[in-house]
Amino acid sequence: MKNEIMDILSKNSRISNEQIAIMLGRTEEEVKQAISEMEEQNIILGYPATINWEKTDKEVIMAFIEVRVTPQRDRGFDKVAERIYQYPQVKSCNLMSGSYDLFVAVEGKTMKEVALFVAEKLATIESVVSTSTHFVLKKYKENGVSFEHKQSDNREAVVL
Amino acid sequence: MNVGKMIAPHIRNVAPSGIRKYFDLINEMKDAISLGIGEPDFVTPWRIREEGIYSLEKGYTHYSSNAGYIELRREICNYMKRRCNLEYNAESEVIVTVGGSEAIDLAIRTIVTRGDEVVIPEPSFVAYKGCTLFAGAVPVPIELKAGDQFRLRRKDLEKAVTDKTKIVIIAYPNNPTGAIMNYEDYLEIVDFLKDKDIIIISDELYAELTYTGKHVSIANFEEMKDRTIVVNGFSKAFAMTGWRIGYACGNKEIIGQMKKIHQYAIMCAPTTAQYAAMEALRNCDDDVAEMVAEYNHRRRVVLDGFRKAGLDCFEPLGAFYVFPDIRKTGLSSDEFCERLLLEERVLAVPGSAFGDCGEGFIRATYATSMDNLIEAIRRNERFVNKL
Ligand SMILES: Cc1ncc(COP(=O)(O)O)c(C=O)c1O
Repeated sequence: MKNEIMDILSKNSRISNEQIAIMLGRTEEEVKQAISEMEEQNIILGYPATINWEKTDKEVIMAFIEVRVTPQRDRGFDKVAERIYQYPQVKSCNLMSGSYDLFVAVEGKTMKEVALFVAEKLATIESVVSTSTHFVLKKYKENGVSFEHKQSDNREAVVL
Repeated sequence: MNVGKMIAPHIRNVAPSGIRKYFDLINEMKDAISLGIGEPDFVTPWRIREEGIYSLEKGYTHYSSNAGYIELRREICNYMKRRCNLEYNAESEVIVTVGGSEAIDLAIRTIVTRGDEVVIPEPSFVAYKGCTLFAGAVPVPIELKAGDQFRLRRKDLEKAVTDKTKIVIIAYPNNPTGAIMNYEDYLEIVDFLKDKDIIIISDELYAELTYTGKHVSIANFEEMKDRTIVVNGFSKAFAMTGWRIGYACGNKEIIGQMKKIHQYAIMCAPTTAQYAAMEALRNCDDDVAEMVAEYNHRRRVVLDGFRKAGLDCFEPLGAFYVFPDIRKTGLSSDEFCERLLLEERVLAVPGSAFGDCGEGFIRATYATSMDNLIEAIRRNERFVNKL
């Protein structure tokens, strides 16, 4: 049941426990219990919405930064990653295979703000060897949701 | 010349589908929700569409062999083995058709001649009766019962089968009832049919949409396999209704004769759809599983909704339909559907459109978005409460 609940919530986290219970043929109490457990175990960490900021008057600039670092003895990459992801400007931080090590998403109000953050905060961390910043120009899809393309229902209204 | 008089009576006399009026009504409405559509709301999974596009880019725009590309027929055989535990020879026991619809038509025309009887358990998808009449044969309806969960019983067959019977149609998971038949349900049917000179057409278009346990085909019974024509397709399982592609599997003599009609009347199924279908069978189990999971959620939601509105409704375990009993409202199914549409802007199809014994029931499709379903259920409940 937990897997099914996670699938449902990962697509729509606003759905009520009652609704989930009906969808799965369970009681509301069972669903509530399962969700609390997953929250306690840090399996479910949050319920964010997917927003197309471009359609709002809020300025949001996003950049992806490739960060190369020298891993530290005993701690590997975790220590550096921690120093990076603690900044609230950092929206995601992943250790990567391939030609760089950390892939960091940074958000700010202007390009300048983001660029300065990278130059002053990320690039100056001791074990960071280099950074390479890529600004996002347009978002097409996020969290499995496409921003532009809404499929309309163009079926005939009655079909046997 | 009176042109009308030239039309063959056995064509003219077949009544057109009774749902036309709903179509006209709903087309004039805004914000109506249709639960009247017998096809998936999902768009064909992108990798299947992409494969169709790619085949066009490569210039694959010609006829295929009449029976369909052999690669596709091999994929169909792999699939039938993998998913249904049925073995067929790709060279001689499979034909690719223009939807399951064409396969049904070919199968009926290949078996019956004037005066032969085709036993059709109702409520039922409308094509069987039409194709039977167009072939000059006689449809013999069986009235399935809500009390039997619309499953076919031996006692029903005993009454309907005569020495003129050449075909029995079996269609589970069922449109319009959502009923399924499991292994035990088939035992008495198989026992009754196994020594009779009767061909079974088993319409298994909804096989993938089975929500408890695994789909069972009557062809899974050794003594029935050779006398059963299994009809299947891509429309429902892979959300490919508009591509027009399906298939039939069965005894090679029957398939060979079906191929002859197909060759002269159709040539071959659309080739773009054939390439797309190969991708569907090779790589899309996960896409199917995801759609089935979603249908299953919706199924529980609509069932719960109709029951909470106070209507009796047996639990459908297949396809994407619920078939609530509306008799306690005192309305006929046609009245119920017309008023539900006019007063609450929700369209369901009267059960009577699927045979006389469908009277007193309505068919509601849950192949529509969850938001639509929840709203439709709310409106339906309001409607039933004010009756
Ligand atoms: C029971 C049944 N069989 C066959 C078909 C025809 O499907 P196809 O699109 O493959 O022709 C349908 C379509 O609604 C159906 O419900």
